[in-house]
Amino acid sequence: MKIKNRKNFQNPIGVWKYTGLILISPFIIGFIAFTLYPFVSSFIIGLTEYDNVHQPKFIGADNYINMFKDREFLKAAAVTLKYAAILVPIKLVIALLTAMLLNLEIKGIGVFRTIFYIPSILGANLSIVIMWQYLFTSNGLMNQFLKFIGIAPISWYGEAGAALSIIVLLRVWEFGSTMIIFLTALHGIPRDYYDAAKTDGCGSVRTFFKITLPLLKNVIFINLVLQTISALQEFSAPYMITGGSPMKSTYTVGMMIYDEMFSYNNIGYANAVSWVLFIVIAVIVFLLYKLSGRMREVMK
Amino acid sequence: MKKFLLYFLLIILSVIMIYPFLWLLGASFKSNDEIFSSIWFMPESFDFFAYIKGWETVTPYNMGHYFLNTFKIIIPKTAFAVTSSVLVAYGFARFDFPLKKFFFALLLCSMLMPEIVTIMPTYIMWSSIDYNLLYTYIPLTLPSLFACEGMYVFILVQFFKGIPKEYDEAAKIDGCGTLRTLVSVLIPCIRPAVISIAVFTFLWTMNDFLSPLILVPSVEKYPLTLALRLSVDSTGQGYEQNKIIAMSVIGLIPSITVFALAQKKFVSGITAGGLVG
Repeated sequence: MKIKNRKNFQNPIGVWKYTGLILISPFIIGFIAFTLYPFVSSFIIGLTEYDNVHQPKFIGADNYINMFKDREFLKAAAVTLKYAAILVPIKLVIALLTAMLLNLEIKGIGVFRTIFYIPSILGANLSIVIMWQYLFTSNGLMNQFLKFIGIAPISWYGEAGAALSIIVLLRVWEFGSTMIIFLTALHGIPRDYYDAAKTDGCGSVRTFFKITLPLLKNVIFINLVLQTISALQEFSAPYMITGGSPMKSTYTVGMMIYDEMFSYNNIGYANAVSWVLFIVIAVIVFLLYKLSGRMREVMK
Repeated sequence: MKKFLLYFLLIILSVIMIYPFLWLLGASFKSNDEIFSSIWFMPESFDFFAYIKGWETVTPYNMGHYFLNTFKIIIPKTAFAVTSSVLVAYGFARFDFPLKKFFFALLLCSMLMPEIVTIMPTYIMWSSIDYNLLYTYIPLTLPSLFACEGMYVFILVQFFKGIPKEYDEAAKIDGCGTLRTLVSVLIPCIRPAVISIAVFTFLWTMNDFLSPLILVPSVEKYPLTLALRLSVDSTGQGYEQNKIIAMSVIGLIPSITVFALAQKKFVSGITAGGLVG
């Protein structure tokens, strides 16, 4: 009887074996047409020289080989990795600390949760990106504020480090969605754990490292992956705010793919670069997964 | 005392989160000189001139035209995304079928696929089928009909799993078929999640910049975001900035309205669902 049940899967009695498959068929079609097909064709186009006018010419791995001699690409790759390496840890730490603050049961906390969440919802809107550009002009709000508290104004768009930090600040300000994921996970931790730790004489720092952090390892991993992926494909903020300047110090790989494709018509090369970006993202996600596995063991 | 410090900290942080919005709103009423001379967001006097000029944009069309374009994209996209995600999530959550684990893994993988990798070949695909397709909104909206947002399906599956299976069985005894069970019994149970997904689709489409930039070639068909970008590009620094700021404020109105209306249901939906990037 049991075996028969398993053969019929878990479907309610009298439901056809393929009903589920039909229900998910839109996803299967969509995956083939809008994910798998572009993915594979991107690889194939990446093996050609193609300018949208002449027929594509097969050139093997040349695009990939040239990439590693292309100074522009190497610079963009370095900028993108640096940007992700700075942004992701700062954003995660701030999101986690704020989530812990907002997890306290005090009056009016719901209002604060909403306020902290708003920038991440509206922040990606182009209006906000445009506003951000104004905030950092030579006599913009940021420099007026620095003057107000007695610090010399900064030439935000003139220096490499400052220009990159404009974009980092924008994305850090949008930490709300990361925070919400932490907050939900924190809600799920039973109060008893903390009470028990208190009885055992654990201080708050020790409680954080011994209880909160290990219980959050899965969401930390999820946030790390989501934020790393979006940081590595950053496009709209540098495109709108700095245009990649000064001296290409904010010129990301995402911008380079766009320019190669639409400004220089190097379609083959653009696709090869985007494939390399995908491989880098896949490798980093895999490493994070392995690393978080080791973290889990250490924390046990 | 400790509580006082806590509130003090929360209020300071809230000001940092909110001040840029206030500044933007205030700046839209200021003159160009005033924008860059005062840290305080309140304008000395309210001047609607920037709005009148901003509404006209730098193109032959006014902002109303671009609002209409944006809604022509958003409305079908939201309807498509909600319908297809609910159906697919229902399939994953309530039925067993061959290769189920494999397909679910594919769904998770599709969430990790960077848009910038797939957008170029997608553009080439649509333009090689028929370049005129790019003058419709089909390339922007059609993918939503095929549950292309893995995240939505993932969230809905969690919600479906929270409903006891007895509900389905009871519906079946009462004579409901597979779809009838979904529509009359299950969807009412997960309404907050469905609303959250509709709201998210709305807001993300409103924010979306890369895909219309690539998939919409004509100024006449531009959504709001691209019209804004065009104004920034053609208006040099130090020249009519209040006009651009006023356009930015107008551009935010739909998102703010939807967020404010749905805020309560929406925030509870995401915290209950557990996962939203």
